[in-house]
Amino acid sequence: MAEVREIICTTCPKGCRAKVWKEKGVIKIEGKLCKKGKAYIQQEFLEPKRLLTSTVVVENSEVKRLPVRTAEAIPKKDLFRSMDHLAKIKVKPPIMEGDVIISNISDTGVNVIASDDLLA
Amino acid sequence: MLSKSHLDLAIIGSGPAGLAAAVKARQRGVKDLVVFERDERPGGILKQCIHNGFGIEKFGEELTGPEYSNRYIKMAEAEKIDIALNTMVLKIDKNRTITSVSEQCGLRIYQCKSIIIAMGCRERPRGSLGIPGERPAGIFTAGMAQRLINIEGYMPGKKIVILGSGDIGMIMARRLTLEGAKVKAVAEVLPYTSGLIRNVVQCLHDFDIPLMLSHTVAEIHGNKRVEGVTVVRVDSNWNPIKGTEQFIECDTLLLSVGLIPENELSKMAGVSIDSRSRGPFVNDFLETNVRGVFACGNVLHVNDMVDNVSSEGEVAAIGAYLRIKDKMPDLKRKISLEGDENIGQIVPQVLSGENETTLYIRVRKPMAKMKLRIGDIFEKTYPSARPSEMIRIKIPKKIFSEIGNSVKTLKLRCEEN
Repeated sequence: MAEVREIICTTCPKGCRAKVWKEKGVIKIEGKLCKKGKAYIQQEFLEPKRLLTSTVVVENSEVKRLPVRTAEAIPKKDLFRSMDHLAKIKVKPPIMEGDVIISNISDTGVNVIASDDLLA
Repeated sequence: MLSKSHLDLAIIGSGPAGLAAAVKARQRGVKDLVVFERDERPGGILKQCIHNGFGIEKFGEELTGPEYSNRYIKMAEAEKIDIALNTMVLKIDKNRTITSVSEQCGLRIYQCKSIIIAMGCRERPRGSLGIPGERPAGIFTAGMAQRLINIEGYMPGKKIVILGSGDIGMIMARRLTLEGAKVKAVAEVLPYTSGLIRNVVQCLHDFDIPLMLSHTVAEIHGNKRVEGVTVVRVDSNWNPIKGTEQFIECDTLLLSVGLIPENELSKMAGVSIDSRSRGPFVNDFLETNVRGVFACGNVLHVNDMVDNVSSEGEVAAIGAYLRIKDKMPDLKRKISLEGDENIGQIVPQVLSGENETTLYIRVRKPMAKMKLRIGDIFEKTYPSARPSEMIRIKIPKKIFSEIGNSVKTLKLRCEEN
């Protein structure tokens, strides 16, 4: 019998629990889950991914930090490497929410985007 | 003597509650309205909440705090809503007169037909805990640390202990870890976490941060700067258990020990405060005991989810609109809601029977398989219930005609089964 893992869904604040295991190469999930939750649990079992949110330094503005985030979730193992990269970034206004700050961070294929406007 | 201006609607606070209320009121046809904001920009506390998890209900996608607030700021701009920035409301009185002050306009007095209070909440500070020790640098509330890192760009410390497992504390545990600090422990006096499960998973489990349940900080060490804390196990009455003390070396202690609705202004206006929710007593229109004064968002009761805060803003806006247009039904019928010993708080506390209503309930302790009953009109079983997760129940209007006019009280009962 393969190892059974209990995973808590974090798609929404409800925190539903599911049991996940691999049986003959197929992922089996036991637990009451919504569609989004099922996809999350499956992903979490194969390779956990997280949205990374942080800030970057702002120059030439009274505002000191610009909040940024990855456009999609990136592998959990790449979080700290991506933070190191973000620490070196400096931006100047104007920037609009959604503007790309770093493309393809840590070779994840995911862009880091601004999550707020930074007006001149 | 200052001359009075007139306003149909004053909204105090431009966070997610205030802005949602403003947009809804304008859409209903309230033209003469001003939102008062003491900060230099609208958005409220969301501007420093750079993490994701906001907006799943309202917008069907997961947004960060700034993104969520920008959605409402843009709606407010599209509706040409007047937001008075850098403007502090000093006073509200029973006759719905408000006094504000700003550098630009000086002292102003407004006579309002309706007021929506949406000032949010405040963090419980160290002073409310009574932890012995000197007063060294390095003790912050979690929200203060959040502001320092995300807005000002300062790290509050390198080696951190967090007291309290509230959501902001756990979110800061993750944020500090990502920024290179070592979070040594999160101590929680209760035998369970006081935040959402997803934050336990994403903020603590993900980074192997120890969660010490039934533990508290018994002493803060250090004179100029925090040098460490003594953490101790507590019994079920929160009394420290001798012999379980352990010293944890750290330079920073963060406090995430609860939020309290900010009702200084509401009290001036004569608004009665419920000792359980710590916010105003309201009816199903979210109207307080002071006619024409409505409350929504975290000033009413501390919410888990911002989407809910905005929904309450919309309910309050409709109530304010009805008062302004003199269309409010007469609220002769008053059905009080009374909870049993397992229920911590219920909002609203009184129903008129004129509305479909959403009830917001918190249980007092975690329960497995819980059955909730409201009088004889409603019954639902939940797989689990936790104090940190607010229970929402929609009560359709037709129920009130079915139960008849003689019913003055509805008892809410909560049983583990």
